[in-house]
Amino acid sequence: MIRLVRQAWCASRLQVKIRLLFFVLCSSVFAAPAMALPLKKATLMPLWSPQAQFAGYYVALEKGIYARHGIDLKILPAGPGYSPEQTLKNGGADFAVLWLTTALRQSANGTRLVNLAQIVQRSSLLLISRKNSGIKRVTDLNGRKVGLWSGDLSLPPRIMFARQGIKVREVPQSYTVNLFLRGGIEVTSAMWYNEYHTILSSGVDADELSVIRISEQGIQFPEDGIYTMERTLKKNPALAKAFVAASLEGWRYAFDHSDEALEIVIKQMRAAQLPANRAHQKWMLERMRDLIMPSTAKGEHGQLNQQEYEAVGQAMRTYGLIKKYPDYRYFTGRPNAGSH
Amino acid sequence: MLVRTSIATKLVLVITLCSALIFAVILGYNYHRSRTILEQELEANARNLASSLVHRVETELVSVAKVVQGMARELETSRHTAQELNHLIKTTLEQNPELYGSTVAFEPFAFNAATRLYAPYYYRHKGGIAFSRLETAYQQLPYLYWDWYQIPRELGRMEWSEPYFDEGAGNILMSTCSVPFYGAENGRKQLKGIVTADISLESLTQLISSVKILKTGYAALLSRNGMVLAHPLKDAVMNETFFSIAEERQDPAMRELGRKMIKGESGFILYKSMVGVRSWMYYAPVRSTGWTLAVVFPEKELLENVTRLSMTMAVMGLVGILLLTAAVVSIARSITKPLRLLAAATDEIAGGNFDVELPVVSSQDEVGLLSRDFQVMQESLKEYIKNLTETTAAKERIQSELKVATDIQASLLPRLFPAFPDRPEFDIFASMDPAKEVGGDFYDFFFVDPTHLCFLIADVSGKGVPAALYMMVAKTLLKSEGQRLGEPSRILSCVNTILAEENDSCMFATVFCAILDTETGEVQFANAGHNPPLIMDGAGVRYLALQAGFVLGPMEGTNYATERLVMQPGDTLFLYTDGVTEACNHADELYGEPQLLDALQKAPREDLIALVHTIRADVAAHAAGAPQSDDVTMVAITWRGKEV
Repeated sequence: MIRLVRQAWCASRLQVKIRLLFFVLCSSVFAAPAMALPLKKATLMPLWSPQAQFAGYYVALEKGIYARHGIDLKILPAGPGYSPEQTLKNGGADFAVLWLTTALRQSANGTRLVNLAQIVQRSSLLLISRKNSGIKRVTDLNGRKVGLWSGDLSLPPRIMFARQGIKVREVPQSYTVNLFLRGGIEVTSAMWYNEYHTILSSGVDADELSVIRISEQGIQFPEDGIYTMERTLKKNPALAKAFVAASLEGWRYAFDHSDEALEIVIKQMRAAQLPANRAHQKWMLERMRDLIMPSTAKGEHGQLNQQEYEAVGQAMRTYGLIKKYPDYRYFTGRPNAGSH
Repeated sequence: MLVRTSIATKLVLVITLCSALIFAVILGYNYHRSRTILEQELEANARNLASSLVHRVETELVSVAKVVQGMARELETSRHTAQELNHLIKTTLEQNPELYGSTVAFEPFAFNAATRLYAPYYYRHKGGIAFSRLETAYQQLPYLYWDWYQIPRELGRMEWSEPYFDEGAGNILMSTCSVPFYGAENGRKQLKGIVTADISLESLTQLISSVKILKTGYAALLSRNGMVLAHPLKDAVMNETFFSIAEERQDPAMRELGRKMIKGESGFILYKSMVGVRSWMYYAPVRSTGWTLAVVFPEKELLENVTRLSMTMAVMGLVGILLLTAAVVSIARSITKPLRLLAAATDEIAGGNFDVELPVVSSQDEVGLLSRDFQVMQESLKEYIKNLTETTAAKERIQSELKVATDIQASLLPRLFPAFPDRPEFDIFASMDPAKEVGGDFYDFFFVDPTHLCFLIADVSGKGVPAALYMMVAKTLLKSEGQRLGEPSRILSCVNTILAEENDSCMFATVFCAILDTETGEVQFANAGHNPPLIMDGAGVRYLALQAGFVLGPMEGTNYATERLVMQPGDTLFLYTDGVTEACNHADELYGEPQLLDALQKAPREDLIALVHTIRADVAAHAAGAPQSDDVTMVAITWRGKEV
């Protein structure tokens, strides 16, 4: 299959330039395939605005990996004001990066989403407080002012609080960590790859912070995954497969060439007029590597682990967030595959 | 081979090195001091500059804060309708040109029970004042959750927001001053909302960016999170924090510095700036916002003048040292040149050439003195050598003459033994070892008539030539008078008479004179002050007891007595001078008469030659090589009897 795709790509290149370079190419090795398939147009909406969290996709696009897999990809703008799940639902994007919890919620509401690949294998959510506030373990959070993001990002901590029987004073949290830095809240939600480093970059030392990792509290919630609509998958399964293969290849390339990947990401950030901080993006890319490259026990990277999927589904059902969740095989787009 | 170091080289080395060292120390101290002074001055300047900048920023911020606080008080004192509220906000904006925008944002249902969120916002737009409603403008995230609202709300006090880009209005960097205002609800103080005023940071950052210090020195502004707000590195502004730069550079010291800054400390330090240049930085806090203002001076530019001055001084010093070296070389040459010439001349003189020309030195210094002394020395040496040559020549002549005299003297004494081989009735043997070239001792023997042998031994006072001459006279007289008179006492008297006449030099001689009758063995003898001889006969060996008599020469009219002795066949008379008995060894011990007697007793009698040689050897053994002052003379005679 891969060979076919590569041939298709070679052929398409040929077609583009065929009139100009006909004679040259006729004598070249690339001239062999006679059939020329056009690149398939596709769109991707990431979960958030450009940053190293999505380095794999930007790198794959920039390095021509998608084109090599026969895809003419456009990465849509994202960030505040954009909803990838809505865009996916109304057909504005062929693919989207979503959290597993978001996807499950959408599925429970009847949106027929398919998880094509699970990129971030575990929860990167942290609850950070200053050491001098005396918070050491989860139970210390009881009665504290805790900053929580709105939407699905707050699910893992809420489930954790419920499991531990803790009541916190919830304070809605914005996209900055300033409320925490100024002392408006005692505990802030933070992504390991993002806000944690932002706090460090604001002059707070790591040893001044007390960090609770959600993933260490028995909450194994995989995060970013590649999703598409069931109908899109049915219409063109090869495209979806090629997209996933190219995206994973993009990630591997990004990790193997981190400096180049950073340049690509920062270029995207500048284009989007976002503050671009290399040290921060470097941290983010390194953490994404930790989160994406799976531990040996979990199998191939890019795969949604069935047990974890079930655990998340059950947890969400238990806490009344969803009534039901789809079968793993349907959810991962392989209704005919045997259970494993 | 050792290199011979000349005085000039030594002088040049020592003086040049010393002066270079002194100069280097002075230069180093000067550089260090100038630098310290400059740094002190710099710190003061930096502090003043930073203070004035901080003051200007602070003034603006404080005035804005006062406006917002005024609005909050106004809102707390009375309830405003929508129109009144809009009027208040708009008028405030109009009256305070430094404000960019202003809003009064209410807590849910705080404006009225029917409206959940209410936040009228006036802002400058295209030269006029535009109006907007934030509760509708912020669709994604209600204004309730924005930092400018949430932070003062949670903290319950005025807050300046972290600077941010306002995306709605031309990407202007701004900061918002937010003041919570309260109302009384059922007698309880209740938060009603937040009053804000936005200020554009463009003019502030421009003010700070416009600061130019030296060539590339600059001022920078950091936010409370360490975010770069104003800095010559445009890419860093609102992208990098002081800490992310420290992280990228892996510079923990820079991170520590940043932490001091955001804590509101101030200080003056040398560090590696964000541009990567070693720089001095003075940083001071902007109190109302918690920002940090820093004034940065590149160290290199600061020290440029000091460095240039030091370089100039170094060049001057180098030229000076070179000149000094040249001067030292020239002086050293002027000293050593005559010295070298003198040394060369000395070598010549040492080689024996006393006529070599000495260098002419006209200077009045030590070298001139030495040169002149050298000339005098050369003259003296020449004179001395001349004298020495002459003296040596004279001495050599005298020596050769003395040698002749010695030969003559020796030839005067009978030296052929056996002296009378045809006369078996007696044996005679004599020896003389002069202490000097010519001696004062002598002996003689001759026949007065065919049966009478006169033999004598004498010792002239003094030594050397005078003694030899006197001896010649005495010997000649003694022989001629002896042959004429044939009687010892008369011989001595006659000779004394002749010698005493015109004896101005007062010289004298001791003489023992004897005449042997070869037929009878009778010996007539007279003594003129000489050592008594020894007789060796059948009774043994003994000194002859005889009249001493007066020495010949000093006094006229001295009479001498003739004494007699009859020798038996085989008896031997042994005559000697005081050179024998007074022979000294190194310990100044005399040979002495007892030892002579002893030696003669042991010596063989039969052979006179052996006898004399035995005594001579014994005396020499006593002396053991010590130089003798007197001649050693011995005469031995044996009578054998008439018919042998």
